[in-house]
Amino acid sequence: MAPKKRVLVANGQGFWGDSILGPVRLLREGPLDYLTLDYLAEVTLSIMQKQRSRDPRAGYATDFVRLIERVLPQLVEKNVKVVANAGGVNPHACKDALLAVIGKAGASGVKVAVVEGDDILERIDTLLKGGEEFRNLDTQQPLAEIRDRVLSANVYLGAFPIAEALGQGAQIVLTGRCTDPSLVLGPLVHEFGWTAADHGLLASGTIAGHIVECGAQCTGGNFTDWRTVPNLALVGYPLIDAAPDGSFVVTKHAGTGGLCTLDSVRHQLVYEMGDPRRYLTPDCIADFTSLRLSQESAERVRVDSVRGKAPTPTYKVSISYLAGWKAAGELTVCGPDALDKARLCARIVWERLAYDGFHYDPEERLEEYVGAGVCHAGIPGAEVQDPPEVVLRLGVKGPERDKVDRFGLELVPLVTSGPPGVTGFAGGRPKATEIVGFWPALMRKDLVSARVSVFTS
Amino acid sequence: MKVELGRIASARSGDKGEGSNVGVLARSDLAYAFLKEVLSVERVRAHFAGINRGPVTRYEADNLRALNFILSDSLGGGGSASLRTDAQGKAHGLALLRMVLEVPEEVVQSVAENSVGSG
Repeated sequence: MAPKKRVLVANGQGFWGDSILGPVRLLREGPLDYLTLDYLAEVTLSIMQKQRSRDPRAGYATDFVRLIERVLPQLVEKNVKVVANAGGVNPHACKDALLAVIGKAGASGVKVAVVEGDDILERIDTLLKGGEEFRNLDTQQPLAEIRDRVLSANVYLGAFPIAEALGQGAQIVLTGRCTDPSLVLGPLVHEFGWTAADHGLLASGTIAGHIVECGAQCTGGNFTDWRTVPNLALVGYPLIDAAPDGSFVVTKHAGTGGLCTLDSVRHQLVYEMGDPRRYLTPDCIADFTSLRLSQESAERVRVDSVRGKAPTPTYKVSISYLAGWKAAGELTVCGPDALDKARLCARIVWERLAYDGFHYDPEERLEEYVGAGVCHAGIPGAEVQDPPEVVLRLGVKGPERDKVDRFGLELVPLVTSGPPGVTGFAGGRPKATEIVGFWPALMRKDLVSARVSVFTS
Repeated sequence: MKVELGRIASARSGDKGEGSNVGVLARSDLAYAFLKEVLSVERVRAHFAGINRGPVTRYEADNLRALNFILSDSLGGGGSASLRTDAQGKAHGLALLRMVLEVPEEVVQSVAENSVGSG
């Protein structure tokens, strides 16, 4: 089969919780070959492991199944392929739910692929015994120190298992943890026949994936010069118009809101950036300082000349663990003297807790006066002396759940036993919730094998 | 003349482990050359003293006219451990753009010429 001349890959979901209108409108408002959807933030997989431990049919992105139910007619009619990391920690349950809604809609012959092998939670002890230490990349501590508190452990897989699934004819590819850019790179590898040795091409596709991975953040969302952005309400989600030589154009469907300019693309290129010369993925090391940007036409930004190097011999592993408990709550304090009264409220809470024997270190305590300079704390010009009202946010954290819960009881009493003008207590008592800690580590690639299986509705 | 950094640059920030990164995008070639010179690690670290407690690292990407700053301890704990409102450092980009700098006229002028129709 001759490789295609160009491929259109869209991203309709930047994170779990992004607007459902992204993918719905992408399918309605113009052409596309692939729709990618990202559901997994760092914290998501630990939540999913917990859901699965309570219910063996849970542990994946249920929103995804509802989305496919809604857009299935357009997917089938336009023959759009879908790549999503919605499988979470239970991709087969996700696949079963998906096949059920596809079957209910009367669409037969739709192929759904599952990519797995990323979830190593049940292998951890064997791997530890075999000599893998999973040392924390930031602190160098061995995983053994927190082994009994581990909630989830997943390898970041790359683009090749996705390409393999597409090669087996899948219309919908479900993965667990994989790198965000590989949702886009996978289709390009499949369509253009790129190989593991094509480091420059893989770096190009990686950068394409990076640009679109947060949805509308490259088309005018979260843009410094926001007053210049037209129609953010119906902002266009991004498309990669890719060529086999690795060059690509970032664009969006005609008539949609937002913008697609050198500036909007540069904004996203630096997002979550570390060393721009060494963007590490399982498939390559991409050099962001090598790429060339040019505005091809009003809403088309061309990217070319990307350089890449061979990948490292390890996968990144994302391990989450129970790192303690936290609670935070807020009250609104109105003026006059809002800030002074809010400060008194905070002092009252800590004193009452101390009276009852509960002391919290400064490190374990939060005091924020929202409206008086919180987001830009300490920045000259960003703090207000006498705001008409402030939102007082208090919080604590620590290893003991009971101690954290005790704090939660002392916030609301301020309404009747604090200074006047304390209101906005609708949230009730703050309760302790788990702190999920992250433990980034590395693992030899030869200890991981990704598996692909295909099912038909 | 004294101007806020936002006049000659734009920015975006987000979380990165227990810290955040702030990408600063110069609005013209002249502004980039000026910022490379003036926007030092020390200056950025001092600006964020109320937010960040760790070392600051700077990277350059000339092709993007971008400086990338890593604030290594700016979230009050990483992951879900932060109690802060801005637990992901989303506000750090705009915080940096508030920095007041003594900027040569021709640099401010170069930005005005560069951004015709965007104001």
